[in-house]
Amino acid sequence: MTALPDRLGAATLNGLAYIGDLARLAGESAYITVVGPFRGRGVRLQRALHQAMAVGVGAIPIVSLIIFFVGLIMALQSAYELRRLGAIQFVADAVAISIIRELGPLITAIIVIGRSGSAFAAEISTMRVTEEVDALETMGLRPVAFLVAPKFLAMLVMVPCLTIWADFMGVMGGCLFGVTGASFTVMSYLSATRDALLVGDILTGLVKSALFAVVITAVGCQEGFSSGAGAEQVGRSTTTAVVRSIFLVIAVDLVFTALFYLTNRG
Amino acid sequence: MEGVQSKMNKPVGDGPVISVVNLRVSYGEREVLHGISFDVRRGETLVILGGSGSGKSTLLRTLMGLEKPGAGEVWIKGVNIATASESELDEIRKKMGVSFQGGALFGSMTVGENVALPLREHTRLEDSTIEIMVRIKLEQVGLASFEDYMPSELSGGMKKRAAVARALAMDPDMLLFDEPSAGLDPIIAAGIDDLILELKKAYSMSIVVVTHELASAFMIADRLLLIDRGNVLAIGNKEEIQACTQPRVRQFLDRVPEPQVEDELNYLQMLTRDLKARN
Repeated sequence: MTALPDRLGAATLNGLAYIGDLARLAGESAYITVVGPFRGRGVRLQRALHQAMAVGVGAIPIVSLIIFFVGLIMALQSAYELRRLGAIQFVADAVAISIIRELGPLITAIIVIGRSGSAFAAEISTMRVTEEVDALETMGLRPVAFLVAPKFLAMLVMVPCLTIWADFMGVMGGCLFGVTGASFTVMSYLSATRDALLVGDILTGLVKSALFAVVITAVGCQEGFSSGAGAEQVGRSTTTAVVRSIFLVIAVDLVFTALFYLTNRG
Repeated sequence: MEGVQSKMNKPVGDGPVISVVNLRVSYGEREVLHGISFDVRRGETLVILGGSGSGKSTLLRTLMGLEKPGAGEVWIKGVNIATASESELDEIRKKMGVSFQGGALFGSMTVGENVALPLREHTRLEDSTIEIMVRIKLEQVGLASFEDYMPSELSGGMKKRAAVARALAMDPDMLLFDEPSAGLDPIIAAGIDDLILELKKAYSMSIVVVTHELASAFMIADRLLLIDRGNVLAIGNKEEIQACTQPRVRQFLDRVPEPQVEDELNYLQMLTRDLKARN
């Protein structure tokens, strides 16, 4: 039986080492993307484009549908309380603020984790099992430059883009309720949404989504590289990638939202 | 084309291409190779023979620069890869073709793209030139007209041939094979042996093959290196190895099974040593 402080200390060290590994992957990829082109070979744009299509374009239908429903649910939920207070006209504000500040980036991130974070882990761990990662190294190609950097680039561009689209679809979900369940027209709902928002709300959502993109890519790739040999390990690394990504995305969201709150309190 | 032409020139000098001196490699606390020394001479085919767990795959991975030696030296073309920088290692790797056990072709690329990859990454050749070179390499391994196939559409033997074509892409000075005939039927395996012999004749490359298939080993080898439990058992040409009277060598060559009952204490010690190494 190890004493509790010992275990706590070991867990903390492991956690910090893990975050260090994620930062190393992200840092190395950033170096390859920014400095690489001046030192011979930069990020493989063709591969980044291919990833961007899979990560971004491929996710549009499911993101649209889910966030549309979430917008509608938010409208229905807030209408309960607002109607009692005779303030049903604020439903557009409630939906706009909750979707654009919080739910748009978060739900998008969670869908991307399920579609792409898990795929990154599965792809890289399968490549490890089939010795493809070793083959890259023996060809003098860096696995991080070849496999990870294009994913970071694709995710950093596509996740914020998806988030903007998700914000729009969420508002449209609310709009459906506004038009059918309250006395809005499409135009009046959209202008109420616009009045409820500050530019800062949209920007913080986008900054958050970029941070989420970094977290999801780093965790997915790190889990892929650290997986053991064997088919079972591929499944395990995929599951771990999804669970850890969701946890870290929520943790980053909390820290960021708390900072936003504290800096705007005055 | 100039860049490729210059890469095809064989380096001068008659020293060994690979020289391994007292090499020790460990996984954690468990030492897998206990001080191995041998040379690979220019233009020869050296076959590394050994049973499962003998350390032969670790030895090959160390030659590829995938495992760091704990002690000792591994000289490849005048560079000690134990102390070499990443960029020095990359330069050596460009002149070293590797064929992995399962082929290790990239599943997301066609066979042609797999063979073209090293050329696209390391040279500034035109696409049309690369296409021609890919066709030549695939023809050399008997896979002409398979460029547009995905690796998943190939049989086991074809995958290995495609992997050899990729290994040949940069016109390497040396080729390393990991278990070339593993998982293949005898006819296909004999075809791979023939391919290795043809490549040796055509390019006079230095070839290192790791295998546990005796027939294949004696077919392709100029010299054989037998390793067992991380130590060199014997090294020599085919006749010398055949004539070797050392009991462990005889056991391997005559395919005598290991006695079933292990020394219980030794077995327990081995298990706890593994556990310690893992922690």
